Amino acid sequence: MSHFIDRRAGAKRKSAVNRQRFLKRYKSQLKRAVADAVNRRSIVDTQAGEKVKIPSRDVSEPVFHHGSGGTLEGVHPGNQEFVTGDRLQRPPAGAGGGSGKGNASNSGEGEDDFVFELTRDEYLDLLFDDLELPNLVRNQLVGATEFKTVRAGYSADGAPSNIDVVRSLKGAIARRTALASPYRGRIRGLEEELNALLENDTPEDDPRISTLREEIEQLRIRIAALPFIDTFDLRYKSFVKQPEPTSKAVMFCIMDVSGSMDEQRKSLAKRFFLLLHLFLQRNYEKIDVVFIRHHTTAMEVDEQEFFFSRETGGTVVSSALNLVYDVIRDRYDSSGWNIYAAQASDGDNWESDSPVCRDLLAQKLLPLMRYFAYVEIMPRHHQALWYAYQELEATAMEFAMQQIDGPSDVYTVFRELFKRQPA
Amino acid sequence: MSHDRLISDTSEWSFPLLERFDREIGRIARDEFRLDTYANQMEVITSEQMIDAYSSVGLPINYHHWSFGKQFVATEQNYRRGQMGLAYEIVINSDPCIAYLMEENTLPMQALVIAHACYGHNSFFKGNYLFQTWTSADAIIDYLVFARSYVAECEERYGTEEVELLLDSCHALMNHGVDRYKRPAPLSLAEEQKRQRVREDYLQSQINDLWRTLPTASRDKDAPELERFPAEPQENLLYFIEKNAPLLEPWQREIVRIVRKIGQYFYPQRQTQVMNEGWASFWHYTLLNRLYDEGYVSDGFMLEVLQSHTNVVFQPDFDSPYYSGINPYALGFAMMRDIRRICETPDDEDRYWFPDIAGSDWIEVLKFAMANFKDESFIAQFLSPRLMREFRLFSVLDDDRNEHLEVTAIHDEAGYRKLRQALAEQYNLGSREPNIQVYSVDRRGDRSLLLRHFRYNRRPLAGSLDEMLRHIRQLWGFDVRLETVDENGRVELLASC
Repeated sequence: MSHFIDRRAGAKRKSAVNRQRFLKRYKSQLKRAVADAVNRRSIVDTQAGEKVKIPSRDVSEPVFHHGSGGTLEGVHPGNQEFVTGDRLQRPPAGAGGGSGKGNASNSGEGEDDFVFELTRDEYLDLLFDDLELPNLVRNQLVGATEFKTVRAGYSADGAPSNIDVVRSLKGAIARRTALASPYRGRIRGLEEELNALLENDTPEDDPRISTLREEIEQLRIRIAALPFIDTFDLRYKSFVKQPEPTSKAVMFCIMDVSGSMDEQRKSLAKRFFLLLHLFLQRNYEKIDVVFIRHHTTAMEVDEQEFFFSRETGGTVVSSALNLVYDVIRDRYDSSGWNIYAAQASDGDNWESDSPVCRDLLAQKLLPLMRYFAYVEIMPRHHQALWYAYQELEATAMEFAMQQIDGPSDVYTVFRELFKRQPA
Repeated sequence: MSHDRLISDTSEWSFPLLERFDREIGRIARDEFRLDTYANQMEVITSEQMIDAYSSVGLPINYHHWSFGKQFVATEQNYRRGQMGLAYEIVINSDPCIAYLMEENTLPMQALVIAHACYGHNSFFKGNYLFQTWTSADAIIDYLVFARSYVAECEERYGTEEVELLLDSCHALMNHGVDRYKRPAPLSLAEEQKRQRVREDYLQSQINDLWRTLPTASRDKDAPELERFPAEPQENLLYFIEKNAPLLEPWQREIVRIVRKIGQYFYPQRQTQVMNEGWASFWHYTLLNRLYDEGYVSDGFMLEVLQSHTNVVFQPDFDSPYYSGINPYALGFAMMRDIRRICETPDDEDRYWFPDIAGSDWIEVLKFAMANFKDESFIAQFLSPRLMREFRLFSVLDDDRNEHLEVTAIHDEAGYRKLRQALAEQYNLGSREPNIQVYSVDRRGDRSLLLRHFRYNRRPLAGSLDEMLRHIRQLWGFDVRLETVDENGRVELLASC
């Protein structure tokens, strides 16, 4: 009558669809929560999920029910001293009649918030929702510039280094067997005749016997003369080239570390870079990051040094751009790499250097790049570099610039820069 | 002797051990206590799967909806944070009766669950008149399969969003979508699919008829008072909408129907919480004690069972911080045991209060009580003075016109009847939920729907009325007004949309 079923290995996450429906329905609220979170928490731990809150009045499902008021008679257990007719003070508002409602929150999260955890992927999806890397589609779908070589069976010709020995020798054995078989057949016939003669006690010097022996010997020589291996046997491993979308990207982080960039500005720049890195991570299998910092001269450094060490001195932006160009030329061929660069600066630059930067970008760098983003971390007025770059913005598709005022701007600016471009 | 019979002393369960326990518990339940059950299908699941089961209101399959996702997210969150434990089991009113056992349970817990769910709840589902009347255990799984695939099909054809909006509105009215006086025909998957298309066409033609005869203005004036529509007020709002909403597409009617059917399926459970849990607790207690008496389980096993049992049937006093109303397990279990006591060892008070059951066969009396009552009538019939004293029950009247609360009855001679009546009333679903009816439809005019709320004990209607009316409007397709009628018959417009 009874039977047991072990369902433990069975369908898990049956509610995954419902969960997605829920997230979809509250997407706008969730996006707000996520945008808040990005500014609040350290971006270094963007690898984890995120706890989000949405007001529970938004997620509640309405039903008709009785409101408070009117008369209500309730029965309760545990009477100690009451007798019929006793009058009691009304309990403080909220817990009317001891109906068990109005539980206080125990974790500092008001009952007004529906709190739950997003997984990392859900979090990032919301974060990067409807963002698209500029020109990404073009490069991935149309400009298949890189080829991957894949095995495609065997072929009868090819380079000697691709000879498949086992396959070739198997072919040789088959060829030899096939070519030798008529000889072997005749040898068998002659040997039978010879044996018959010998059994009949034909004398050893009978001419027929020696003829037979000679013929057999001849045939054996023919068989032995068959080539052990022939060009005909050779089989080569065949390879074909399949076009593969480029999935490598290099990201240049360029930051001004001159005296005018204080810690706060650097931390803003850092957020921007990390967001960019995270975003590229989602789109490319392999990402190289090159950190270049500059004051009057530029230097390639590691991440630690990039963000945390400090220099003083003037500012020559073109030094950094030149270094970027050198690094690209040496290490990152633009046909194989998607090149991105983000420059953060307070806009301060040596007066006559700004036009140089502009020309450097327009003529040398931008043609090699997918995208160059410039953020100016300067709350008030613009500086020389901004005006020089502004001329670029009008003409070059790959170039974008924005101004960041405070931490909460980073994400908005990021979105603005990488806004989904019409195809 | 007892040592030979001992099934196991470990706390780790295994399938052979579970089968062994099921065999012994089943034997005792059938042969000794004459429990009649559906066949059992026990499924061992992980806690993650248990959360899944939670979030689709305990049903093994259901259509997709965001609200289930919300439930899932909330349950998962609370469970992870350790703010709540999961139930040890979920049992589904189906034939065979499906029970979920969690893999985390120890062997004694699994045995407890088997006795509680697979013999307690199971026999209740099979025996109680409400379940017999309102649910078809053999068809529910088929129906859910049908519902799920139908909703999925609609989502494909008409868009997820559209279906979701419709389901939102239906869910809002789910509690007002139950029939109270009619037996629904049992449905099987094959039958349901066959009839669904026919039903669509038929319903649509009915609707068209309803609105076809537009009268001329002059005739309208002279015409005598028109027949009301509906002829009598109707309390099943979803049913009324399904059959009469002028603008719904056939597939929308079908979805309204699906929600209504599932609401109807749960209707008996909402009315028999005390009895159902009391009955199941009584039987796990009785069956496992019998196992112990016969030497199948050890002292340690029984201690663990009793500890869980005590936790489950614990009733905090009203002034305890843990108090959140009367625990249905506690009340139900106490009443079931009390009935047995009245039958087996009645005293004078019992003979006075329960002359017809005192001293009779307790199994028969208990089964009679299980089969023919719901919470409200069960308490009104069987709550004994002795139990009221044990629970030290008292009733408090909260009238917003008075400055003070008033204790109206306590567990004394003068208060027993009043107390029992008050407690029974507390479980009356009719008074727990607001009474809202379809009052009329303006067929000749703007086709607006008029709902009336009949106040009970002057308790006002609440629950974001505007939003509710928007949902109803969405279903009805024309204006909706909601009036409230107080005790003196005074009508007042609450909201319109």
